[in-house]
Amino acid sequence: MTRLVIDPITRIEGHLRIEVEASNGAVTDAWSAGTMFRGLELVLRGRDPRDAWVFAQRACGVCTTVHALASVRAVENALELTIPANARIIRNLIAGIQFVQDHVIHFYHLHALDWVDVVSALSADPAKTADLAESISPYPDSSVSYFRAVRDRLEAFTATGQLGPFANGYWGHPAYRLTPEANLLAVAHYLAALEWQRNVIRIQALLGGKNPHPQTYVVGGMAIGIDPNSPTALTMRRLSEVAQLIDEARTFVDQVYLPDVMAVAGFYKDWAGIGAGIGNYMSYGDFPLGDPTDPRTFYLPRGIVMGRDLGAVLPVDHAKVAESVAHSWYAYSDGDATPHHPWKGETQPAYAGPPLPYESLEWHDKYSWLKAPRYDGQPMEVGPLARMLVAYASGHPEVREAVDDALRALGVGPEALFSTLGRVAARAIETSLIAARLEEWLCDLEANLRTGDLAVADASRWDPSTWPAHAEGFGMVEAPRGSLGHWVVIDDQAITNYQLVVPSTWNGSPRDAAGRRGAWEEALVGTPLADPQRPVEILRTIHSFDPCLACAVHVYDPLRGTSTTVTVG
Amino acid sequence: MEPGEGTLGRLLVAHHVSRRAFLRFCSAMAAALALPPMYAPRIARALDVAQRVPVIWLEGQDCAGNTEGFLRASHPTVADLVLEILSVDYHETLMAPAGTAAERSRSDTVGAFPGAYIAVVEGGIPVAEGGVYCAIGGRSFRSIVEEVCGGALATIAVGTCAYDGGLPGANGGPTEAVGVSAIVPGKTIINLPGCPMNVQNLTATIVHYLTFGTFPAVDSRGRPTFAYGQLLHDQCERRAHFDAGEYVLGWGDEGHRKGWCLYKMGCKGPETFANCPTVRFNDRTSWPVKAGHGCVGCTMPRFWDQMSPFYRRLSNPPGFAVDVTADEVGLAFVGAVTGLTVIHGAASYARARRARASDEAISRPAGGPAGGPPPSGDGRPEVA
Ligand code: SF4
Repeated sequence: MTRLVIDPITRIEGHLRIEVEASNGAVTDAWSAGTMFRGLELVLRGRDPRDAWVFAQRACGVCTTVHALASVRAVENALELTIPANARIIRNLIAGIQFVQDHVIHFYHLHALDWVDVVSALSADPAKTADLAESISPYPDSSVSYFRAVRDRLEAFTATGQLGPFANGYWGHPAYRLTPEANLLAVAHYLAALEWQRNVIRIQALLGGKNPHPQTYVVGGMAIGIDPNSPTALTMRRLSEVAQLIDEARTFVDQVYLPDVMAVAGFYKDWAGIGAGIGNYMSYGDFPLGDPTDPRTFYLPRGIVMGRDLGAVLPVDHAKVAESVAHSWYAYSDGDATPHHPWKGETQPAYAGPPLPYESLEWHDKYSWLKAPRYDGQPMEVGPLARMLVAYASGHPEVREAVDDALRALGVGPEALFSTLGRVAARAIETSLIAARLEEWLCDLEANLRTGDLAVADASRWDPSTWPAHAEGFGMVEAPRGSLGHWVVIDDQAITNYQLVVPSTWNGSPRDAAGRRGAWEEALVGTPLADPQRPVEILRTIHSFDPCLACAVHVYDPLRGTSTTVTVG
Repeated sequence: MEPGEGTLGRLLVAHHVSRRAFLRFCSAMAAALALPPMYAPRIARALDVAQRVPVIWLEGQDCAGNTEGFLRASHPTVADLVLEILSVDYHETLMAPAGTAAERSRSDTVGAFPGAYIAVVEGGIPVAEGGVYCAIGGRSFRSIVEEVCGGALATIAVGTCAYDGGLPGANGGPTEAVGVSAIVPGKTIINLPGCPMNVQNLTATIVHYLTFGTFPAVDSRGRPTFAYGQLLHDQCERRAHFDAGEYVLGWGDEGHRKGWCLYKMGCKGPETFANCPTVRFNDRTSWPVKAGHGCVGCTMPRFWDQMSPFYRRLSNPPGFAVDVTADEVGLAFVGAVTGLTVIHGAASYARARRARASDEAISRPAGGPAGGPPPSGDGRPEVA
């Protein structure tokens, strides 16, 4: 048996350490550890609840905006505010383009290099690459000269000997299976996506002032003046700019991202049988199309699929969320045995790991800066796959059609979804569905404005003197990486408790008091390892979850003094 | 001059970017740096022969917001070329290798280019309890910063967390997060605060180095004066409304729809030094005040404590109580209407004035009650 350490796990947000035990060419056990803590929940105490979203948004700069949304929803819930229709739609548009842009960046810039061999692309035939491109998509940038230019550029780059971020990659690893032409196609789109993302996210600048970290949220609505007759407000002209960017976003998703994912998946169908994980899937649901407090109006539904049973969708009750610190570097005042609901949550850091620098973490007790959230005592997987499965099982017509189409194209059944490849495909399918909705939502906004409704915020509770002495609220959001909840307690106009339970805490959770692994740990068990010194397969499964650690922080635990520890990467 | 092998000039030729687009980029850079237009050709000549500079980008207690900002580098056809004049050898969020292979990329560059690579640091550096609040590869982030920044040509601290500890260093944070200057004092450090920084300022800082062989002039806190030398309030497109006493009083009210001044909604522009109104964000698309929300002062020292509550109006805005003279206001107005066009001599005069004012503005004592300031209730006296 060999123990492998990969630290840092790169191409994620945040700091993650993965340790696995492997024998006979496969992972037999796994621990994951987030190794950074900032203390955001403690910083928020005593602050003005109306300020909380500005702080909370900084939980993550990659999935920017989503924590701002969860925060204003939590405070609005506490103060019993209902935002106007314009604010609801603008929030949907900002969140929607976040999904689209973030998922594309994840595929090309954070995940693709686990499947795509950049060096192999150097030997591709541009003519054959153009043939391949035209066979899978009508996207216009598919000429022989286009692909030749990309290959020449790559050649010029490598000829300098300074490989920059591509130095020391696992190039030539036997687990890479794309043809040189497919590799060149993917490299071309890696570069194209870099340009594309920069442009389409301007939607957030138009509606939010800037990206990352847009700045037009307020408790009660949005701080953006709308007035068709005022050039300094959100006018029809600016909305038409949004419309054009939505069009560019959708074209790229449907003509580049989705076809590329399907093409790459065709080379790696065995990954539909790897990386299943715990098999419980949760979605809070999001994108309200009507009353934002009523989940029945959400475009993506709320629900839970347990034990891979697509025959039933269970309801979600926020009261059943609780966090354990049995294996986390925190202390609860009443001892670590009992999990706490976030309203009763505590953030008292209590590092119990080895002094720095260390070779190996201690696995027997506490081993992570991540808490362990459980739903009704059960670990959950959250994210695009969970959302698509909950929607699929709920009979969502568009999701069913899109998922069935993809399964048919790959020649696999629904069970293939419970896998590393399933996560990659679900993310792309979801992106396409949301990209298609953005235009509709923009039309809804324009239609609403035409009725003369220019309201952007409910100001009835802006003045803190109107607040009750004590209030509790929660805000649920579907972030690109999964279900996100903020819980706030307000006393005498100030925050007395603030807790975030974020997607990567669900997925990256350490073992709980009962010893059950979190989603990442469970998904790694059984992952093949062709060359333990270059564990690209581990990266494939971990990256399929799109880990985002800054807000989540940590998982881990090993057996002391066991076999060889090999630090690899 | 014929561009040399492996230089930006050669890459431009290879990528069919027109000379005109390149020169336009150089003019924009000269403007961003507040240099007279005649410097544009000099920038172009320098970039023509520039070799790729190795960069090690470290992330500590960060949210990757500056990394995302970096990805939005905004000059369309030339942006990725600017990235290509760098050799980003280590950047956890972007690099292909993981684990020891990633660490090797970092140590290779530190070893092969002593004193010749640029370190970029994003995120705070926690010093409490031996650094256990941020460990990478089993090492404290602090020890990595000491090693990498200690051997660098210069360090660029991007974002407010790397500047002064930022969010994890705010009141209530238990990790004793600090900025780079506190870890490697005496080293060349360029601070680009902001939450996140504006990538245009990062690009301009690097272009300045490639052009002149030195980093741009900085104030006493290491902030380039081209970006942080002027009050935001003096460059703001809503300034005329401030002067006219036309204020937004509620979200969505008539003043809000008409683009009036956000001072009464808590805008921190009158105490914030930054160039957001002129360079804006995302390919010059917008900035918070343009979109309708006040400035939160995110470039300023300890802004999470000093500038919050964010919706409480400032009690002492310049223009009413401190020493901003009429001709300075007039100059700022010219600056606002002409966008990036800067009249060199006058601008540097104004910059020198503002730099002094800036240092005064930030010398207010830090602190406030533990766990953050009290909620606003808007208890401060009316000024306007
Ligand atoms: S107070 Fe704010 S909105 Fe008003 S002019 Fe100054 S910077 Fe602009």
